[in-house]
Amino acid sequence: MKSEYNYGFLDEGSKREIRRSVLKAVAIPGYQVPFGSRELPIGRGWGTGGIQLTLSLIGPEDVLKVIDQGSDESVNAVNIKKFVALCTDVPTTIHTAEATIVQTRHRVPEVPMKNNQILVLQVPTPEPLRVIEPKEEVTKKMHAEKDYAGIWLQLYECLIRYGKVTIGAEYPCMVEGRYVMNPSPIPKFDNPKLNDAECLYLFGAGREKKIYAIPPHTQVIPLAFEDVPFEREDFSGRKCRLCGSEDTYLDEIFDAETGERYYQCSDTAYCKEVRARHESNH
Amino acid sequence: MNPITEQPVLKVSHLTVRYGSGCPCCGTSLEKNRCRKCGTVWAANDVSLEVYPGEILGIVGESGSGKSTLMKSLYFDLEPTEGTAYLRDYQDGAKDIWQASAAEKRRIRNCLMGMVYQNPLLGLRMEYSAAANIAEKIIAAGSRDAGAMTERAQDLLSAVEILTSRMAEAPKNFSGGMQQRVQISKALANNPSLLLLDEVTTGLDISVQAKVLDLIRKIKARYGISILLVSHDLAVIRMLADRTVVMLDGKIVESGLTDQVLEDPQHAYTQQLVHSML
Repeated sequence: MKSEYNYGFLDEGSKREIRRSVLKAVAIPGYQVPFGSRELPIGRGWGTGGIQLTLSLIGPEDVLKVIDQGSDESVNAVNIKKFVALCTDVPTTIHTAEATIVQTRHRVPEVPMKNNQILVLQVPTPEPLRVIEPKEEVTKKMHAEKDYAGIWLQLYECLIRYGKVTIGAEYPCMVEGRYVMNPSPIPKFDNPKLNDAECLYLFGAGREKKIYAIPPHTQVIPLAFEDVPFEREDFSGRKCRLCGSEDTYLDEIFDAETGERYYQCSDTAYCKEVRARHESNH
Repeated sequence: MNPITEQPVLKVSHLTVRYGSGCPCCGTSLEKNRCRKCGTVWAANDVSLEVYPGEILGIVGESGSGKSTLMKSLYFDLEPTEGTAYLRDYQDGAKDIWQASAAEKRRIRNCLMGMVYQNPLLGLRMEYSAAANIAEKIIAAGSRDAGAMTERAQDLLSAVEILTSRMAEAPKNFSGGMQQRVQISKALANNPSLLLLDEVTTGLDISVQAKVLDLIRKIKARYGISILLVSHDLAVIRMLADRTVVMLDGKIVESGLTDQVLEDPQHAYTQQLVHSML
């Protein structure tokens, strides 16, 4: 551990303030709590919201996993993992079940998380109303008055133009029947994992200076019209070319040389675990 | 219609909209609608009127006379300085709509009143489809049935003579007259009891104006809706309005049955207005 830095890089006052914001966020599920986002040795927009949450919550007993688009090996994930390990000395892992804190961008791991785990999501645009209203003071009022007509209008516009809701990621959800929340750019496939979950979900937006949360066993319902039910991405008839999984979120890979399209698990650690299980069975 | 016994759909009393800090002699020493001492502008000055079920009340006056100020106040686009307004369908006409909470005001705007602006940019989301523009009102009223919204949008677009095959197109691709007709269909989405039309034919060519005016007449006949019609064009008022109010410098200077006001004007300004008709 780099001893010239405080444990977890941030000073204790900053960590305490972030923890207080987390407590408020947990108390009001889906509500965006403003916080004093700190400077980090990483540019804003590169996961600083998630990192500040991780650094404020982490302790010597924790085990950390960091993923980016489902991968443990991407540059961003590796660098964040190295940075946190450098200033905390906590062990890191690629196995979801072993981790106590999982920091992620764009995916919720395939392995269901337990009540002793926290999933920290990096959020670029926390405000679900931002696409329809640019002013923060107006969106705050709209949340206060539960005025979400604009979001419903977007869903309806998709239906009129394309015959289906075409929003793939950042699909808006209603949290405990009160606040509409942006679940960060996770695919629609992961939205049902937020509902009535065992673990605590924390969302951090460093650039936008907002923290919000979904505590365990919170109702999180994707917005859908009465006559047009919510649908996840459909991978029926497809499976991972490496592990054979048919029930995971699959990335489509195109081989320019052969012109072939194939699919493999987006959650690389889960894919490895399944393959290891297959090998040990054989 | 019997104005004496029937409860008005809308009753506005002593509406005043001031721009400026005001002074002790404000309102008594005005040059046109501006205070001579402090420069405060009285955009609307003690305006009172009533709109009865099924009638079209025309408001006529020159630019700056306070017509649009009245409409904007009624549609909550600006806050009046003084006055009250009662809507028959809001709490049985017992509560002043300007004292309503933000959520109630939103419900009044979306469900109990419809507004058609002179400038379609103010009334329509130009990037969204015509159907979505209509659905916006229905969503705001609480419906979450997409199929029913589409059916309603089809009905309303047919009623304003827009091909339903164009309902997925954005109004930015429509002509000015079509945009006004989409605005009218949007305003009618939740069957409001009062329609506010603010210079709806201004800027349109003569043939398109005639179509829009004819459409307003048909809508009144079909839906039995009350209409507050603002125009500076006396021909439009003569064609549509049952009663007419003449405004000058933020004040009502004359009111009565349209024929009476136009055939036998009493106020000097109204006489000037009628004589200046081509």
